[in-house]
Amino acid sequence: MSLAELICPAGTPAALRTAVDAGADAVYCGFQDATNARNFPGLNFTPDEMAAAVAYAHDKGTKVLLALNTYPPAGKVDLWRQAADAGARIGVDAFIVADMGVADYIARTHPDIRLHLSVQAAASSPEAIRYYCDNFGVKRVVLPRILTIPEIREIRREIPCEIETFIFGNHGLMVEGRCSLTNYLTGQSTNMDGVCSPASDVEYARHADGSMSSRLAGFTIDCFGADEKAGYPTICKGRYRAPHRPDGYYAFEEPISLNLSRLLPELIDAGVHAFKIEGRQRSKSYVRGVVSAFRQAVDDIRAGRQANIADLVALTEGQKQTQGAFETKKWR
Amino acid sequence: MTKLTLGPIAYHWPAEDRRDFYARIADEAPVDEVYLGEVICSKRAPFHEPDLPATIERLQRGGKTVIVSSLAEVMLKRERKATADLAALDAPEIEINNAAGLYARGRRPHRVGPFLNAYNEATIAWMASQGATHVCLPTELPGAAIATAAATARELGLGVEVQVFGRASLAVSARCYHARAHGRTKDNCQFVCEEDADGMPLRTTDDRPILRVNGIQTQSESYVDLLPETRRLIADGVTHLRLMPQAVDMVAVAGTVRDLLDDRLDPAGAEAALRRICDAVPFSNGFYHGQAGYRRIAAAAG
Repeated sequence: MSLAELICPAGTPAALRTAVDAGADAVYCGFQDATNARNFPGLNFTPDEMAAAVAYAHDKGTKVLLALNTYPPAGKVDLWRQAADAGARIGVDAFIVADMGVADYIARTHPDIRLHLSVQAAASSPEAIRYYCDNFGVKRVVLPRILTIPEIREIRREIPCEIETFIFGNHGLMVEGRCSLTNYLTGQSTNMDGVCSPASDVEYARHADGSMSSRLAGFTIDCFGADEKAGYPTICKGRYRAPHRPDGYYAFEEPISLNLSRLLPELIDAGVHAFKIEGRQRSKSYVRGVVSAFRQAVDDIRAGRQANIADLVALTEGQKQTQGAFETKKWR
Repeated sequence: MTKLTLGPIAYHWPAEDRRDFYARIADEAPVDEVYLGEVICSKRAPFHEPDLPATIERLQRGGKTVIVSSLAEVMLKRERKATADLAALDAPEIEINNAAGLYARGRRPHRVGPFLNAYNEATIAWMASQGATHVCLPTELPGAAIATAAATARELGLGVEVQVFGRASLAVSARCYHARAHGRTKDNCQFVCEEDADGMPLRTTDDRPILRVNGIQTQSESYVDLLPETRRLIADGVTHLRLMPQAVDMVAVAGTVRDLLDDRLDPAGAEAALRRICDAVPFSNGFYHGQAGYRRIAAAAG
């Protein structure tokens, strides 16, 4: 059986302490700039905060993984190198990277620190994963959320590194690291700026009939009846019209969360080393609730006990949830 | 001398249409290099792979350099095999769009496609050390970064390519959105994407055109048009200008860009000609100017 580490989000120093206290095996976090894919206002760490966070986590036996998982545009590479150097000085346990130039720099400059391949690198085959293992010494790959469990099992057999998969949180629809939808509408890039459907471009408009539109940079992404709860305008969760769908439909995916609670035992059996909970933008109470529940479930499964999966399923109760691609390829 | 290239067809055009298209390109289009091969969906490949040798031969007879491009997304067995087979080719040249292809190619010479995320000089230097001879930059890269990337690539002896015409690829997914629009899944899609030669239009619920669906790919509603920026691109070291095939008269598009390159048309004249060819399709150059990609920034501001 795999170790089944629990990798938890830490958007702020307070959330990091919460995740550590709730039983995270590792937390992942980033600096307050474009070097990570959750470059949102009010989130992330200064170097001093990162140092304090690493000290707190290490004191409790928790690892800290530094996300450097965006793609530096030419001319700005130094910002990513400085972030890696700062992380090395502070003593983070691993870097999560996507860009080959960043990976190459870290492999040469900080060879003693583990490299994890971010989901943003979109390595979805044994060959792609081996490319990063052979060339940069990658020790773990975060798999894209597009594979079924039998496919994960097969990849596991063919690669020389550990596997991490998402189990809970936002359900990304597009191949990560290959999506410019936000940049197309807002001028801020997911890959280069770490921004996805930025709050600064969001507005909600109430109409005379009580309905509500959610907009991103002036484009209507969805609309809701007077009695519906308006969701956040993420482009790939929007409602659009197509020639065959004149009334509008969720062209890519409904607003929905990923929840793989029910598949946890199977994923462990498939050889997944680490489970990632998405949500660096989430509150402390969310982090506490989700991390505690998954901690309990993973410990039960490791100890051969029946895990209370119902508690995990209940975490997204009242919201739409999906097992996405993991359960069946019909999702595709 | 700046080269004009024709990118791989992103859509599922019927085999006969493709044959006619490339026959005309071979005979009439003033492009130097043509990229062939299925980049978007591995299910489509069997429809036009049988024609590939004849198409290559035809284009070469027309004086074009031919490059075969690999799949952007590699996950299934058939995709892994297609990528490995392509990487094993000695000739013609190949363009790789997925790290699985880089793995299979080893250090033998290859081109780096636009899906490989060569965003910066460090990555380009790494790729060059691994056998890359040419790099097509990501479509969303702004002008200043293009200039820096191009300078490094040129120092290393690499060709540098930028898409100057056609819809931008904005995203790829494991899910087929063409199938989804018709209540199907990727496995039983019945190749419904064939109906949309220029992508399936999506409009917002208040009827504003926004995106195009092409199977697993999402594209821009607008055509990227960097004709006003072409002189700047060339001055900054870009060696190859890529035209993406759209459902318009691509021979005329190529002729217009060629006229611009050869100073038979000034930028305003070329722009007006392109507008006539493309009818009412919106043009955009926002990515180049570091703004929202769909935007059209006036040349004076650039």
